[in-house]
Amino acid sequence: MSVVTKLTPKTQGLAPVATISALPSRPRKRLVLPGWAKGLAVNTVPPLMVMLVILAIWEIAFSAPGSNLPTPSVVWMESADLILEPFYVYGSQDIGLGWRVLTSLERVAYGFGFASIIGILIGAVIGQSIWMMRGLDPIFQVLRTVPPLAWLPISLAAFMDSRPSAIFVIFITAIWPIIINTAAGVRNIPADYRNVAKVLRLNQIEFFFKIMVPAAAPYIFSGLRIGVGLSWLAIVAAEMLTGGVGIGFFIWDAWNSSRLTDIIVALVYIGLVGLLLDKLVSFIGRVVTRGTSEA
Amino acid sequence: MAYLNISHVEKTFVTGAKRAEVLRDIQLDIEKGEFVSIIGHSGCGKSTLLNLIAGLTDVTKGGIKLDGYEVKAPGPDRAVVFQNHSLLPWLTVYDNVKLAVDKVFRGKKSKAERHDWILHNLDLVQMRHAADKRPGEISGGMRQRVGIARALAMEPKVLLLDEPFGALDALTRAHLQDAVMDIHARLGNTMIMITHDVDEAVLLADRIVMMTNGPAATIGDVLDVPLARPRDRIAAATDPAYLKARQAVLRFLYERHRFVEAAE
Repeated sequence: MSVVTKLTPKTQGLAPVATISALPSRPRKRLVLPGWAKGLAVNTVPPLMVMLVILAIWEIAFSAPGSNLPTPSVVWMESADLILEPFYVYGSQDIGLGWRVLTSLERVAYGFGFASIIGILIGAVIGQSIWMMRGLDPIFQVLRTVPPLAWLPISLAAFMDSRPSAIFVIFITAIWPIIINTAAGVRNIPADYRNVAKVLRLNQIEFFFKIMVPAAAPYIFSGLRIGVGLSWLAIVAAEMLTGGVGIGFFIWDAWNSSRLTDIIVALVYIGLVGLLLDKLVSFIGRVVTRGTSEA
Repeated sequence: MAYLNISHVEKTFVTGAKRAEVLRDIQLDIEKGEFVSIIGHSGCGKSTLLNLIAGLTDVTKGGIKLDGYEVKAPGPDRAVVFQNHSLLPWLTVYDNVKLAVDKVFRGKKSKAERHDWILHNLDLVQMRHAADKRPGEISGGMRQRVGIARALAMEPKVLLLDEPFGALDALTRAHLQDAVMDIHARLGNTMIMITHDVDEAVLLADRIVMMTNGPAATIGDVLDVPLARPRDRIAAATDPAYLKARQAVLRFLYERHRFVEAAE
């Protein structure tokens, strides 16, 4: 039987039309939000709800006595100081997570900075020359699959010090996507732009800054975005092994002293900072490539 | 010798074992201040000929001389207006012209003079009002105007136009044709324009170079257009000289050298 026949009795059972006209006299209260608040609510309410549900499930699942992992409430009780005070300093090794994150970020800044400059230059050369491309691309394709930490022993042997080694690991991890994307971007520069450069007789340096970099910027920035993500992955892992005051070592240290709740807080920090890094690079990319993606 | 002298030019493209003879025995003299249209069916190598004059492609045999100098490489003395404007999308209209002006006139003109020169050239194509816009924010016809301004700003000995209005609608195209005629009348540039539009060729040119079909295309005929300047498109439409020239080109294209879809 169809739905229509089932519905018919209901429609008949409704109150007469006349009473409906009385409705507007008592309007329902409805939350009216300005445009920006609506947008904010749309973007924040669903993830907050989901997070609450996950925390609740987590709380229930691990609240049995003798469970292996701490519940959210235990994390809060034992590690609230880490969450509330990111920038305390109680001693050279006892500092807030904010400071630790900044230490790690400094290393990322060095490693990723070098990787960006050198990666873009190498990528530009490879993108311009078909022979360089043929010769180097296979090597890059192999090297880029090497996991970040596999570079660490070699890097320690070369630098004999943990700090430059960690920076080198970030550098060598982040550089491949930057090279490969820059090269792809340079290869895809429209022939028209090259012809314009030829007619104007731009020299190599002028061509690099005035045509190549802006034209390949969208590609370069997608490489940088991948690179910064890999850098952040690499630094946490590298610090676990090299020590120091970074966030990675903090996790290792907390594991050795069985402070599981601290580790959980640190993980949240790492995740949020990684997200911020990604957003930052993609924001800069959007601003810089404003013109290129048009037309 | 003529201002621009193309003598016995031949172009053969070689890719691997394949040889494709595109142009054969091209012989053409163009005088200073002349407006020459090159017309032919698609694939006849007219763009290749323009690229040879621009120096973007090397000649296989023969030689091209401009103002006594052999053409060997591209340069601002042979500015090109490309079919798809090829403005740099990340630069404003002003900066696109500035790129050319700075490169060509650095050391010859002061900064203020270069600024005035950029605006002067934008005025020539009536685009000063959009100086701060990016190419993505203006219409196709406006972009092509800016492309012309950029080329003019290089003060080229010869201005090469590669089907400059091919991608535009008929009305915009008419406006731009008028703009080009106006510029030609005011500045007296030597201009070579590739086109596949018969009316455009007749209306704008002093001489029409008609190309035979490829492969191994060559110049089939050269037609003088004895129309007085300034020319008016409405008056020209009924002018017997215009109609005669138009008919001659049509005859060349559709009777003597009918285009047969190449079966490759």
